[in-house]
Amino acid sequence: MAPAFHAIERGLDRCFGVAANPLRQLGAVAYWLFWAAIASGVYVYAYYETGVAASYASVERLSSSPRALSGLMRSLHRYASDGLVLTVALHVLREFTYGRYKGFRWFTWTTGVPLVALALVSGIVGYWLVWDMLAQFVSIAAAEALGALPGLGDTLVRNFIAPEAVTDRFFSLLAFVHIGVSLLLLLGMWIHVQRVSRARVKPDAALGWGLLATLIALALVWPAASQAEADLTRAPFALALDWLYLFPFPLADVMPPALLWAGACAATLALCALPWLTRTHRAPAAVVHPDECNGCGQCEADCPYGAVIVTPEQPGGPPRAQVIAALCAGCGICVGACPSATPFRSTPMLGSGIELPQLPVNALRTRLEHALGGANGSVVVLVGCERGARVGALADPAVTAMSLPCIGMLPPAFIDYALKRGAAGVMIAGCAAGDCEFRLGGEWLAARVAGGRQPRVRLAHDRRHRLRIVETGPSDAAALMQELTAFRAVLRRPTTSFQPGGARA
Amino acid sequence: MPKLLAYLAQGVLYALFATVIGYCSTSPRYRHLQPDQALLRLSFSHPGHIKADCRSRSAEELAKLPANMRAPLDCPRERSRVTVRVELDGAELYHESFQPAGLARDGASTGYRRLPIAAGSHRIRVQFNDDVRVSGYTHERMADIDARPGQIVLIDFASEQGGVIIR
Repeated sequence: MAPAFHAIERGLDRCFGVAANPLRQLGAVAYWLFWAAIASGVYVYAYYETGVAASYASVERLSSSPRALSGLMRSLHRYASDGLVLTVALHVLREFTYGRYKGFRWFTWTTGVPLVALALVSGIVGYWLVWDMLAQFVSIAAAEALGALPGLGDTLVRNFIAPEAVTDRFFSLLAFVHIGVSLLLLLGMWIHVQRVSRARVKPDAALGWGLLATLIALALVWPAASQAEADLTRAPFALALDWLYLFPFPLADVMPPALLWAGACAATLALCALPWLTRTHRAPAAVVHPDECNGCGQCEADCPYGAVIVTPEQPGGPPRAQVIAALCAGCGICVGACPSATPFRSTPMLGSGIELPQLPVNALRTRLEHALGGANGSVVVLVGCERGARVGALADPAVTAMSLPCIGMLPPAFIDYALKRGAAGVMIAGCAAGDCEFRLGGEWLAARVAGGRQPRVRLAHDRRHRLRIVETGPSDAAALMQELTAFRAVLRRPTTSFQPGGARA
Repeated sequence: MPKLLAYLAQGVLYALFATVIGYCSTSPRYRHLQPDQALLRLSFSHPGHIKADCRSRSAEELAKLPANMRAPLDCPRERSRVTVRVELDGAELYHESFQPAGLARDGASTGYRRLPIAAGSHRIRVQFNDDVRVSGYTHERMADIDARPGQIVLIDFASEQGGVIIR
């Protein structure tokens, strides 16, 4: 399924551009739609009256001019909430498909599971507030379903057996629950991103406003409407059901509610336990060499998961990086950020302030020097990402391939070092923009090459054409081969102009 | 992709997003009840009678009890289950017993069932038994109803209103 998702994403990249591709920022889109639902909900609540007759009447007043601001806000509230559920479902499916729930991601995944339930509960209670025939169906069906839980029994549903059983105060309680659960959802959303540095909670501006304009257009063309006023002496025949929120209730009609609850609980527990049920090998965490660390804080700034903190080891002492192993993804982006990870240093045993134990920078330098020994400008150094196209398959006597856990691990000084040691050129094959397994690797490398982020790539002008950066995916081996061939052809020319690094394989 | 084509594709995808949301927020319609059906709704919450009478403790029994617990009468708390039987036009439609709530089974029996019936004229007979010591039924009510399609006919029980209620 992952290849299918990749293919759809690539298609959407062509339509929206990588930065505005909605599939690459479903979490941020969910945040955006949540805020749209909150803003329109605040407006609706200002005009909403709590009471058996007042609830329906006040919502009907709002909808009496469906294309005026009040009607628009009511419709927007519904459609933004529906969009939220749809986006969350896609978000869960995408992260599951890409296996982004295991290892160090367990916290983000597990804290996301209750958010689905909270979003559904908030929406379901919202439908009660209208107190139309749909609300009547939902309230009775919900009370029947809750009655199957131990300790509640069939008492709850007696609140809806006759018109006199429902009181005005009930709607005050409902409004309180609707707002309260929405606030709990917001709290949960905040917790959900706590282990992600620079969490994307705002979508690309063009996409965000595009989505909002789409929902407003939908509200104008297809205004949300109430059904007939609730009447507990009559049962509804056919209901215009919001399937995105209310799908459990038809299920409760065809299966015992206890079975439905058992299924929901089992599914929730299974989702929560997924990171442990499918445990895989976890990359070793980065380690700090205090003697090499100057406490600059660049690793802390670049770590995508907040796994590095820079703090004095002892009170009053100099600041040093510290790795929180439980949060570390083992991506090596911190190594690429460390200014001491420069192969130009004359120490025989090169050490970096922060390193991956399985791939120390000294081993990288040794490997590079060995490959370039007596190269005389004929060897191309090809650096790739383990998650992208397999660069090892392209190695030959004239191409030295080095694969890193993430392209963001490459210390920029290695590029200049390779060229000075006789490499014909350096080709860096990172993952396609937005595809980085560790979120920020490609972004940081591009910023370092462009000179916008420390440590910067320092290349003399006459060497710049000998660096090429391409974006590749796991299935782009053939395209990468073409890029490499083209790059080598450029390098063979006696003189050439600067090629901006940003090709796409 | 040419810019114009990309914008066009974006428009189509935004429209698709709107269509999915707009459609799923109201469609397809869910049929909760057939057009020729009415709904019989049974809902009650009623404590059955205490299952057994109080009895006097013998002198030996009292002597075995701690001094502060030597009540002369032993009164069991457990209540009778409530049995309900509904008959529609002479045929049994529903028959079930509801246990009292509580660990000691000393609470009220509560029941709720939805029973779709054909709309039209019917004779309904509802029988309750709230005392296991009585064979047969302790409360009964019969009513002729003319249920319109979609109408809810409620069966309840309230001792203070004479027992079985059909409305």
